[in-house]
Amino acid sequence: MWEFVNYYFIPGLVLGCIYALGAIGITLTFGILRFANFAHGEIMMSGAYLTWTVMAIAAGAGLTLHPLVAMVPAAFLVILLFLGTDKFFYKPFRKEDTIKVVMASFGMMLIIRSAVQMIWGPNQITFVRGIAKPNATLSEITSNMGLQILMPNKHLFIFAGTIVLVVALGYLLNRTRIGKAMRAVSDSPDLAHVTGINVDKVINATWIVGGICATAAGVFLVMDTQMLETTMGFRMLLPMFAAAILGGIGKPYGAVAGGLIIGLAEELSAYPWIGDAPLLSPGYKTGVAFAIMVIMLIVRPQGLFKGRSF
Amino acid sequence: MEAYVGYFLYLLSLLTVGGIYAIFALGLNVQWGFAGLFNVGIVGFAAVGAYTYALLTTAESTFHLGGFGLPLPIGMFVGMVMSAIVAAFIGLICIRLRADYLAIATIGIAEIIKLILKNETEVTNGPRGINKIPRAWEHFSEERFYSSWPMSWFGTPENWEAFFDKLPNWYWQPLFAATILLIMYIIYRMLERARTAPWGRMMTAIRENEPAARASGKNVTRRRIEAFVIGAAIMGLAGALFAQHLRLIEPTNTFDPAKVTFLTWVMLILGGSGNNRGAILGAFLIWTIWSASELVITGGIDLISNIFSTLDPSFLQTRAGFLRMMLIGILMQVILQRYPEGILPEVRPASPKAEKQDAGSMGETK
Repeated sequence: MWEFVNYYFIPGLVLGCIYALGAIGITLTFGILRFANFAHGEIMMSGAYLTWTVMAIAAGAGLTLHPLVAMVPAAFLVILLFLGTDKFFYKPFRKEDTIKVVMASFGMMLIIRSAVQMIWGPNQITFVRGIAKPNATLSEITSNMGLQILMPNKHLFIFAGTIVLVVALGYLLNRTRIGKAMRAVSDSPDLAHVTGINVDKVINATWIVGGICATAAGVFLVMDTQMLETTMGFRMLLPMFAAAILGGIGKPYGAVAGGLIIGLAEELSAYPWIGDAPLLSPGYKTGVAFAIMVIMLIVRPQGLFKGRSF
Repeated sequence: MEAYVGYFLYLLSLLTVGGIYAIFALGLNVQWGFAGLFNVGIVGFAAVGAYTYALLTTAESTFHLGGFGLPLPIGMFVGMVMSAIVAAFIGLICIRLRADYLAIATIGIAEIIKLILKNETEVTNGPRGINKIPRAWEHFSEERFYSSWPMSWFGTPENWEAFFDKLPNWYWQPLFAATILLIMYIIYRMLERARTAPWGRMMTAIRENEPAARASGKNVTRRRIEAFVIGAAIMGLAGALFAQHLRLIEPTNTFDPAKVTFLTWVMLILGGSGNNRGAILGAFLIWTIWSASELVITGGIDLISNIFSTLDPSFLQTRAGFLRMMLIGILMQVILQRYPEGILPEVRPASPKAEKQDAGSMGETK
């Protein structure tokens, strides 16, 4: 039992949190700007690289920063990157066919990735080296209760960070004017426009929210795997889209739920449910997201939370 | 003399790879240009074609499944069929949905294919890939070819060896390039015919106004799946040719989506989607730019490392490849924003009857 919780369930939840944060940005862009932003994974990856750079600069000044602290200035840069790409590469297509923007986002993906590869080089780097020890207090408390939970601090940080961001997002969407406007545009852009909502402002807000969540997702992923490399954005793209579709396009909470489900499903698929062998060879883990997505598209294209279906 | 042979061979390699990419672009044109299907899994279909071809035609090997040593045309044909089967599977599910979903699904299928190629080590030799893939014309000088039926009729092995010893060692290059260009031309003719036939006109109608096409009794879903499968089969064939050109294929670097998929997309958009000639023109143009940029950048690296002699040249070399990729991305953005029609814009196919009736008055060609 403790093996299941420690080696399958908790890593699944951690991965789910990362997918969830990435999927929030995708689902918001899909809902508000009405296109699938394929550059999202690369933006996430560049956020992680920027965080690494902030940490490196601070280390050069004799300061050791935690990735979560270094993430804050990096998120600002990512937001600037998002707004810049929107202004120069997505805005010209706003009145045209959606498919042109999707293609432009593919070009963007290529540009961002090769820019990152040119600046930081193709080699793998990492935030912190060494093996993460499980949190001593937590394992002591839980072992007294009969179930020893081994959780490194980084996982606790990831959970806490995800909860904070999701709660903040909930507050933004339900309580603030701009959040309500975002939901209105997502539900019906024409109606929102008629009622006098400034669509450009809403679009900028979408990029800002997406940028913050994407940076967090990228940094959390690197904290979890201790590996920063240029293809990680592309690897995350499919599970994040699967999470957004599973939750329902345009539904941020759906994206969170979808992300958690996909993350858990990927990890649990390798658990030996029947006999001793893993149910699915771990090499095929990323295929699980695709399978869930395809099943969802056949069975219920609007997703779990009644998002938009096309 | 030697130098001229070098230039000639460089030109031939440009034609060879340009031709392979032109076949990719023609396949994509059926899907995107004709039917408006947004396929970004080109690399997956290429991999299916390439691996099927490689497994069927290589000599027997202990590293991977079979190595059946079948004749090359059979390998290419089965590659096409396998690729079409994969496309039919994905088409049946996702073709009704909006274009973005098809894009996500095709990326997914390309990733799954990559996972299978990486993990099924007994079948595909995993990340190490398959080598010694026979190339059309070149393998005629190999022993297993001239000692097998029907070639064994024509002469003794010694005669064959003597014959091939007389030829220069690049004898196969013009033949291989010519074969690829011939295949490209055949596909081009077939697609031109399909485009002006009722089928192609129906495709245009479906793409431009789906409700109207549906209302006039066209089976939209079925036609779209047809276009998707035909395009995928052409991509599978191009993948098989790609394997012949490379001789060694492996899952990760050979089938890098950034290269195959995006180069093909940029080629089709630049040449003009919907126009078969445009697809071919775009393919040769972009491939020439792509390979010329390598020369330019190599020259640039030499220049910079001469000026800044303290700089480590390997640093520049590893970064230069990414610069080329970035230029392709920027080129894509520029074409999309400034020249969305491409160099050769689409010419609407008109029925021959309509042309006669409206001669002079309507100008149906555009």
